[in-house]
Amino acid sequence: MLKINNLHAKIDGKEILKGLTLEVPAGQVHAIMGPNGAGKSTLSYVLTGRTGYDVTGGSASLNGEDLLDLDASERATRGLFLSFQYPLEIAGVPALTFIRSALNAQRKARGEDEIKAPDFLKLARTQAAALKIDFDMLKRPLNVGFSGGEKKRMEIFQAAMLSPRFLILDETDSGLDIDALKIVSEGVNAMRSPERSMLVITHYQRLLDYIKPDRVHVLAGGRIVQSGGPELALELEREGYDKYARAA
Amino acid sequence: MSLSSALETGEVSRLPGRRDEDWRWTDLRGLLKALPPRSAGLPSEELEAGAFDALGDDIRILAGGAETQAVVVDEDVETTVVLRFLSRAATSLQASVILHVGAGAKLTVYETYEGDGSAYVTNADLRFEIAVGASVERVVLASDGEEGILVSQAGVKLGAGSAFSQTIATTGARRQRLETTVEHPGAGAEVRLDGLYLLAGKRHADLTTTVRHLGVDGSTSQLTKGVVRDQSRGVFQGRIVVEPGADRTEARMGHHALVLSDRAEVDARPELLIHADDVQCAHGNTIGALDEEAIFYMEQRGFSEVMARALLIGAFVSEVADRLRAPGGRDVVQDWIAEHMEVVS
Repeated sequence: MLKINNLHAKIDGKEILKGLTLEVPAGQVHAIMGPNGAGKSTLSYVLTGRTGYDVTGGSASLNGEDLLDLDASERATRGLFLSFQYPLEIAGVPALTFIRSALNAQRKARGEDEIKAPDFLKLARTQAAALKIDFDMLKRPLNVGFSGGEKKRMEIFQAAMLSPRFLILDETDSGLDIDALKIVSEGVNAMRSPERSMLVITHYQRLLDYIKPDRVHVLAGGRIVQSGGPELALELEREGYDKYARAA
Repeated sequence: MSLSSALETGEVSRLPGRRDEDWRWTDLRGLLKALPPRSAGLPSEELEAGAFDALGDDIRILAGGAETQAVVVDEDVETTVVLRFLSRAATSLQASVILHVGAGAKLTVYETYEGDGSAYVTNADLRFEIAVGASVERVVLASDGEEGILVSQAGVKLGAGSAFSQTIATTGARRQRLETTVEHPGAGAEVRLDGLYLLAGKRHADLTTTVRHLGVDGSTSQLTKGVVRDQSRGVFQGRIVVEPGADRTEARMGHHALVLSDRAEVDARPELLIHADDVQCAHGNTIGALDEEAIFYMEQRGFSEVMARALLIGAFVSEVADRLRAPGGRDVVQDWIAEHMEVVS
């Protein structure tokens, strides 16, 4: 599914990713943990094509297709979805209108027909109910005046509606209370399937109690310094990132 | 100093210019070396239908060199008037319209400025006399040519309990001033003054308003939005004066602009001059760029960059059209915005 090989990237002339290699097979959920400044958010932005990041070496592909040659919207169209750590407020555009326009833009780019309005609304009602999102909230401008937890739920709602092949969750647990964390995690778990993979970026092991990863990777100093099973997350929780920070 | 006195006398020295405080951003004197000849009247070619023709009970075309028309609306009558100011063939047009609106009457005025590509000079003077309990909705679409010069000045006098609501939308001209001056009696009268400018190339638009609150219990609500790109220039001057004794005045003024290129410019001067004690007044003025983070967020959801920009700009400006109350007029303004969005996005 996702293959990253020896990826190097700079921002403002400073090298942040220094030879990162990672592979996430179809159907698997991998977690990336690491200290502040390790390059976790940079990785999510480089993969999704945010401007300002300069890829100086290596490769990244999704289902065999080179990602780095595509612009951000083309990558989205190929099925790459980033749940933002800080979702943006889009004033003047109701959430449902936004998501329907995004979905149709993706379908159009893939040469598919637009989704019919009744089908879209039916899907939206089902997914909103699952995430305990009040349907009236979807008529309000996207994320404007929403609480931190509501914004994160709205990210997962968008993912459920757009049905991407690869999901990157960037600190989705930050700013969530326990109840919201459960709802969001259930939403994410409902999307797990043999055809979909996920990369869960987090500081804390807590999220991984709810979204159980197949593999855990430690990102420090711009590369993956250790990989293991779910038990690695527990070890990190106990021992912290100190030894990796020194190694980097 | 005014364009109308310059046109009457033919003396360019009477044009307002940089030295006049209220005209410092809309210099006509430094721009015009001579005044063009007066327009001879209606253009001979077949005239296309105007944007609002289908909505009007009474359609007036103003194209002659110097003309004055009167619109009289009797008490309690409801009517819609279309005023089309035509600027053509490098001539000058000086047109005046006096609108008397009787007590309890309801008037909708749709006003268009339609220019060709020539270096014309047009001056329009409108006077609204609005009686007790009457209401006026004025919608202005200014579609000037890029070489044209337009000054449109409207004076509004309101009776007790009356309402005056205005929405001006413009794509600018070589130099253009759209000015509204309101004498507000308080006394439950309500004023709304909205504006929208979408400017590209080297175009200029100046939206200037003055509202003087003279008595107790009046309200004014104002929202102007603008988008400028290339080397265009938007000017907003909004002045609200609350005279001594005009207590319980409620006034709100907002001006917000998006500047989409380094060489485009927005000059804004919002002024609240409050000489009464018991008032609620607020103003907000913001000038910024499109949020690049928001654009990336939208691209990440699958929007192309062009779509993302257009959607953000559209959402930004649509708030002005949404405040328009006359449904037919609102549709025309929304279509006009959609048509001119490409200019700025």
